[in-house]
Amino acid sequence: MDSIAQLLYLVAAALFILGLKNLSSARTARRGNFLAATGMFIAVVVTLFDRQIVEFQYIILGVIVGGTIGVTMEKRVQMTAMPQMVALLNGFGGGASALVAFSEYFWLPEVAGLHILITLILSVLIGTLTFFGSIIAFSKLQGLLQDAPVVFPLQKIFNGILLLAVVVLGVIFILNPTLWWILLIIAVIAAILGITSVLPIGGADMPVVISLLNSYSGIAAAMTGFVLSNNMLIIGGSLVGAAGFILTDLMCKAMNRSLPNVLFAAVGATTEQLKKIAAQRSVTRYTPEDAVTMLDSASSVIIVPGYGLAVSQAQSVLHEMTTFLMKRGAKVRYAIHPVAGRMPGHMNVLLAEANVSYDLLVEMDDINDDFKATDIALVIGANDVVNPAARSKKESVLYGMPILNVDHARSVMIVKRSLAPGFAGEDNELFYSDKTMMVFGDAKNVLTKIVQNLKDSEK
Amino acid sequence: MEGLLIFSLYVFILAIFIGFEVISKVPPLLHTPLMSGANAISGITLVGSLATAGAGHTGIATVLATIAVCFATINVVGGFMVTDRMLEMFKKKEEPKRVEEKTK
Repeated sequence: MDSIAQLLYLVAAALFILGLKNLSSARTARRGNFLAATGMFIAVVVTLFDRQIVEFQYIILGVIVGGTIGVTMEKRVQMTAMPQMVALLNGFGGGASALVAFSEYFWLPEVAGLHILITLILSVLIGTLTFFGSIIAFSKLQGLLQDAPVVFPLQKIFNGILLLAVVVLGVIFILNPTLWWILLIIAVIAAILGITSVLPIGGADMPVVISLLNSYSGIAAAMTGFVLSNNMLIIGGSLVGAAGFILTDLMCKAMNRSLPNVLFAAVGATTEQLKKIAAQRSVTRYTPEDAVTMLDSASSVIIVPGYGLAVSQAQSVLHEMTTFLMKRGAKVRYAIHPVAGRMPGHMNVLLAEANVSYDLLVEMDDINDDFKATDIALVIGANDVVNPAARSKKESVLYGMPILNVDHARSVMIVKRSLAPGFAGEDNELFYSDKTMMVFGDAKNVLTKIVQNLKDSEK
Repeated sequence: MEGLLIFSLYVFILAIFIGFEVISKVPPLLHTPLMSGANAISGITLVGSLATAGAGHTGIATVLATIAVCFATINVVGGFMVTDRMLEMFKKKEEPKRVEEKTK
């Protein structure tokens, strides 16, 4: 039985890898997800038939409650709320790993190996931290907590002391593995660390945080795998750990920040600071009608969507406008910055939901050279990712961040609610440029007017 | 015991390498489904929780394990389903037909 179970675990692990491999193309991605889910199903069934399991009532209880919550969450979630959902799921995964490890502790043999104890501590620490960190990330994304960084005096020192305490307690625990309350204190400290380490991170840095928590949840699962000597957990956990790490790294590069900088620098201006900058200068205001005249004569348009587009739920009307322009023979594409939205790839999902064909969604490096041959770069609800200060202004926090070359286009049209700077709190010179046309207003209102006008002009 | 640890370490390290190789090929277009799908895979801890919850233990260990089963199931079910819902939306549409060639 045991070797058959192990072989089936191997099949499941192979399906996980094949599933992830299929995610490398939009054509095969859905099949990939199905393969991974099949792998999970096999792993679960194999485990249930394993002879270790003697009673099923608690399993059934947990699966029914968890399954109901999982399905309800999935049915209710809006695509704009996907980052919150993923943050919560990360938290549950991490939390589950910590709980399994803790539960297993009570049944460890008297003399457990050193590596069991070390991975047990790591699993409880990382899993608990992931759970509470994810709850905070969720609360921030959901608007239950303020978006801006929360800082308190001596934050870093406080967190440092906590981390040190974990190390000391860990050593004590390894020397006296019967002291179960030490493990409990480690869990409590991990919870505090999870909260205090995510609180100081601003809303714009959320893509990094979610990716990192994703990575943690995988590592926690892998550590639990060591505690249980279960290779399935080790493989699944490592794959996720790697995925989260790659995404974390990509997001940091897309903002030209180091991971420690994202985690500790508390970047993000307060609302008062933003208003102050916005009040200093003025620009010419154009109306949606002016915009129509411009769009009507353009033969090539690149659209740069930002989070403001999603906030005003304007994806569908934008798609309507795009379809209209394309029917008239204009070449229209979307330029997607890696950190557009609130999690990696978020903007693509939002536009796919609005029926935008995915071959029109072009990533930054592939489209940046095309701006100079483009009539209009239409920026909607984005700011920092098109701010030329990132190229030239050395003292700016944005400096060095890769941006979309919107300013290279023949003309630029920006739809925005106000002149307020983006999260970085850096004024955008592009707004005041001669070739820029600022159209103020809610993205959905403005685009609806534009579409209406385009239709009228057709008659 | 020693042999088992070494074996597990092999699996751990090699799986990380495979993870890096496979996942670095996923285009930014699909990063959100990648994350939610990977997330569901991290629910593999469900397998561990099932074994612990059904092992016939009593008391606190079973309570913890049952909560773990619940959490991990949320992770697995919610993760795979939401990923499928997202991926279903990624379609390549026919280019809108130009009604008539307009002269510019």
